Amino acid sequence: MENLEFRFTAQPVKPAAGAALCGVVGSGNLEILIRPGDEADACTVVVKTSARGFGKIWEAVIAEFASRHPVGGTRIAINDMGATPAVVSLRLGQALGDYTGGAQ
Amino acid sequence: MNTPVHTSLVLRHSYFEATARSRVAQVLDAGSFREFLPPEVAQPSPHLAILDIPGAFDDGVIIGSAALDGKPVLVIAQEGQFMGGAVGEIHGAKIVGLLRRAALEKPAAVIFMVDSGGVRLHEANAGLIAISEIMRAVLDARAAGVPVLALVGGSCGAFGGMGIVSRLCSAIIMSEEGRLALSGPEVIETVAGVEEFDSKDRALVWRVTGGKHRYLTGDCAELVEDDAAGFRQGAIDVLAGRTEPLPSSTVLRAEQERLSSRRQRFAGMRDGLEVWAALGVPDPGQVSLIDRDSLVALKKGLPA
Amino acid sequence: MTLNEILDSLFPAGHDVAVAGQLVAGTAQTARGTVAVLGTTDAAAIGHDIALGLAGRILDIVDQHPGRAIVFLVDTKGQVLSRAEELLCLNGSLAHLARCVDLARRQGHVSIALVTGEAVSGGFLSFGLMADKTYALADAQVRVMDLKAMARVTKIAHERLVGLAGSSPTFAPGAENYLRMGAIEAIWDTPAAALLEAALAGQAAAGAAVDGRMRAGLARQGRRLAADTVSAVLAA
Repeated sequence: MENLEFRFTAQPVKPAAGAALCGVVGSGNLEILIRPGDEADACTVVVKTSARGFGKIWEAVIAEFASRHPVGGTRIAINDMGATPAVVSLRLGQALGDYTGGAQ
Repeated sequence: MNTPVHTSLVLRHSYFEATARSRVAQVLDAGSFREFLPPEVAQPSPHLAILDIPGAFDDGVIIGSAALDGKPVLVIAQEGQFMGGAVGEIHGAKIVGLLRRAALEKPAAVIFMVDSGGVRLHEANAGLIAISEIMRAVLDARAAGVPVLALVGGSCGAFGGMGIVSRLCSAIIMSEEGRLALSGPEVIETVAGVEEFDSKDRALVWRVTGGKHRYLTGDCAELVEDDAAGFRQGAIDVLAGRTEPLPSSTVLRAEQERLSSRRQRFAGMRDGLEVWAALGVPDPGQVSLIDRDSLVALKKGLPA
Repeated sequence: MTLNEILDSLFPAGHDVAVAGQLVAGTAQTARGTVAVLGTTDAAAIGHDIALGLAGRILDIVDQHPGRAIVFLVDTKGQVLSRAEELLCLNGSLAHLARCVDLARRQGHVSIALVTGEAVSGGFLSFGLMADKTYALADAQVRVMDLKAMARVTKIAHERLVGLAGSSPTFAPGAENYLRMGAIEAIWDTPAAALLEAALAGQAAAGAAVDGRMRAGLARQGRRLAADTVSAVLAA
């Protein structure tokens, strides 16, 4: 297992309620928990992943997501069991959608 | 512009394929669910972390309160996609806590969506002890007058200690896709050989452990379609007018008699087809093929 | 020790316990009077016949001998592995046995289980772990699965499991682990009558048996998360 931590600056986003959880920690899948964070224009991300050595790919995938969506003011926690970058991006989008109540 | 609503085209969402969270959202009254120990206040299990497994915030089981047809219920839903729905320390304690809460609060029922292979080997002792505690907690909730309904229709079925727990519940509601047994066919095959149980013969597995077989033998109370609406209605039907019987020797003697006499009646049989024939089903080979409503009608017509 | 040696040691005042097809049944004399003795021997694999045999005898005790304590002797390799048994819902018969043990408790019968040999998985769940308190002899083997099989199924290296087993009671076989985790009350060097008398007296004095295993596991530091989780659920 590998533990990864990232921080990205991003446009602030408002939650519809409190936290949002998306996905399931099954084989090839992941769960994403997104909650309000401390810095309005930053997003901190903590990843626990079953695979090792993919830190750079995680960073790239999440950075790309953060550049396209307002995720400032959040903290994101991920438990991953081998999801592909495509699945990770998909779930990030779903999680953000749940978090904002579909408003974005 | 008015868009006509085509009610006949409503998509059926498979209960088998659904996550635990979506099952809870769809089976219980819309918007009624309040989660206890939600993921944002929880941490994955340290027992898994030490084995290099990331774990899940809810440790693979969701618990909370909800309403079913307007009546207050407590809910347990195991996530079969996470580690085979298997029971570890935190997972098990969440279930025990929910059941102990039910004995105190006395809701109209506990809705227990079982989807589990049993003990989580990574936490084997914790899992076994937890299942024993769950067994006692189910019986305590029932003795307090609270029906505990097991819903079995997920990909993991109800096996191992969770197979025992399911049969301790007030009633079991199954879909055809559900499976209920003790040892998994793969384990039996590994130890006793493929002749004893060919675990790759899916049709055989379902003739021995599947919902239709359990329904015909009376090991489950209701057979429902593989969707949330079916399980929801099944639960409502089972609860309608039900009073939870207090534990008594009379009740258990009747069960003892039922189990003993059918042990005799079906002695030597190894396939559901033989049992169904003995039950009086005219064409046992059709059982796997006919739909749920037809099987329910067929069962009604069988000799007592 | 053989079963007979164990019985003679536990019940020096006499017993009429007999074995039929690995099912142990009878009565014995103790300082507190007659107790029922029920269980399995020879690492029995438990199927419908043994489960229903034990269940029926428990119901007889409940109906015919109000207040009689029950001593369960546990020696099982787990459930029978058989398609025919699964066909007739073996989990149902084990559940029925468990319900009968539970009924005896509710009707005021004190129950003590003693693991004399093996105690494995479903076999252990069905009656040994349903008694008010569970004890084990020093050479008892209590487990879900041996580590080699566990390594195969979980795909975690056997050496890794062996290494971790040294510092964690959570998964590896052993009565000591179950003691630390609260499921076994004590391990007895010998099946001494004095130990059994004390166990029976202690449980009788405890009154209505509440499942105290989580609290015991916390106190003994073997299971640190369960009790707090339950408290949190009750307060949620």
